[in-house]
Amino acid sequence: MSDTSTLNATTAGIDAMSPELKVRSSLNPGPRGRRPKRVLSRRNIFLYGILGLAALYYLLPLYVMVVTSLKGMPEIRLGNIFSPPVEITFEPWVKAWAQACTGLNCDGLSRGFWNSVRILVPSVVVSILVASVSGYALANWRFKGSELFFSILIVGAFIPYQVMIYPIVIILRELGIYGTLTGLVIVHTIFGMPILTLLFRNYFASLPEELFKAARIDGAGFWQIYGRIMLPMSLPIFVVAMILQVTGIWNDFLFGVVFTRPDTYPMTVQLNNIVNSVQGVKEYNVNMAATLLTGAVPLIVYFVSGRLFVRGIAAGAVKG
Amino acid sequence: MAKSVAPGRPNQFLRNLNSKIACIPMMLTALVIFLGGTVWTVIYSFTNSKLLPRATFVGFDQYERLWAASRWIISIQNLAIYGVLCLIFSLLIGFVLAALMDQKIRFENTFRTIFLYPFALSFIVTGLVWQWVLNPEYGVQGVVRSLGWESFTFDPLYTPEIVIYGILIAGLWQGTGLVMCLMLAGLRGIDEDIWKAARVDGIPMWKTYIFIVIPMMRPVFITTLVLIASGIVKLYDLVVAQTSGGPGNASEVPAKYVYDYMFQAQNLGQGFAASTMMLLTVAIIVVPWAYLEFGGRKRV
Repeated sequence: MSDTSTLNATTAGIDAMSPELKVRSSLNPGPRGRRPKRVLSRRNIFLYGILGLAALYYLLPLYVMVVTSLKGMPEIRLGNIFSPPVEITFEPWVKAWAQACTGLNCDGLSRGFWNSVRILVPSVVVSILVASVSGYALANWRFKGSELFFSILIVGAFIPYQVMIYPIVIILRELGIYGTLTGLVIVHTIFGMPILTLLFRNYFASLPEELFKAARIDGAGFWQIYGRIMLPMSLPIFVVAMILQVTGIWNDFLFGVVFTRPDTYPMTVQLNNIVNSVQGVKEYNVNMAATLLTGAVPLIVYFVSGRLFVRGIAAGAVKG
Repeated sequence: MAKSVAPGRPNQFLRNLNSKIACIPMMLTALVIFLGGTVWTVIYSFTNSKLLPRATFVGFDQYERLWAASRWIISIQNLAIYGVLCLIFSLLIGFVLAALMDQKIRFENTFRTIFLYPFALSFIVTGLVWQWVLNPEYGVQGVVRSLGWESFTFDPLYTPEIVIYGILIAGLWQGTGLVMCLMLAGLRGIDEDIWKAARVDGIPMWKTYIFIVIPMMRPVFITTLVLIASGIVKLYDLVVAQTSGGPGNASEVPAKYVYDYMFQAQNLGQGFAASTMMLLTVAIIVVPWAYLEFGGRKRV
């Protein structure tokens, strides 16, 4: 026992001397007191075994989706869903994209895809612009009552959407934009605002205040400081906000259902209508291809952005 | 605040005018939608609005009708079961995975990518995939039966008693990655010296986790808890995609009740009453937390 503690004391001494060594010594496996060496390998088997099993569970549905979407219907009826396709066919993908039916329309998911793109682009741009300007004002140009509004906004982030949805329907109807793209963009801007404003406010507040003061002394105004100093300095946070909004808006279902008309339904809504339609024979391969197509956009964003995505959701997670 | 004192005392309203203009959308959202909309819905839940909102007040009629409706009772029960189990399991799985990930393992990034990717997918996609995986003919049940275990039964989506567990499986698949990430961030925030001290004292690892690390991670746990809980109340898309509330109405949830009554059954009053109940549920979760979190300190 005394041996280990001296050992630890020595390592602590080394740690204090060199930060690099500290990193290396912290790479040693966690605290294990006086256990013999042999346990190490058993521990690793246990560790990687559990992690591997968990990874399998998480990967399985994706695998099943891919495999199913590449099979023909006869093969699906015969085999099990986990077996790889014997004959690979891209027919289901073509069908899901261009021919799948919702109600009377049989032009496939492509319509939903383009609807979603049309919703996504303006919603992301407008919501980020509005929220970044608000966050900037809240961080650097506080006025009487600004914090109160911000508090209401943050508390509002926890209110279930269902509570506020009908009043919004009424407002949009009065404005004559219920069911239009503009209306939906406004809705996405509204509900993206709490988290995005928080994100931007915290980021702008973390920038050195001297910068802001120097610009003020040089005579720059509200918009000048925003455009010339804050904006160029905060590209990473804009990327984080974009990731957050792109995945969030693409994945939205409720607002799509409530605030659009059938011919402008976003992809998620159309997907649900295709797969859960009660008419006709169920074509599981087409359904899975359609599901994959809908999930593709956020998945690509996720795999491309990597660490930033984690940062984005971590930022989203500390909302409130 | 930043403006210098100008001669002749400037109009109070004009101070920081640009900032106020820039905040107009934010202020409108906060006041009109979040505050106004919520108050409006609560007030109109006491009316007998049907197809259109009408200001004829009927007291607690809508609420009495709501709590007498078997569909609402089922919705609440489902939400309670789903909520409790989802909280327990996502915290448990999330923490265990995070603790395993924190053992200086190799391929950490790969594992994290795998655990987190479902979170990028929408609930609709999640629901549809699991609908297919749990398909009784071709899915898990069918596969196990074809392996020779003929009496194997695992058919949650078509069995009213356990359908909510089928939804839970999908919900956990989608959400635990996030919990894992939050927990991992919490674990990384624990000082390395704590581990060293515990090691010096010869405390076994599991004890260190349970008696030292977890209590130290209280804030992370509470934040995660509130986050999961407020997400659970909103549970809607997943049910719509996976079961459409079926079989029968065995997997109905409150959010779906609200939507159906507001936009399909043309019974706004019921929808308002139900959504007010949802608001109340969230308030019960969030208010104590907000009080604990922000009440003690002066400012955010």
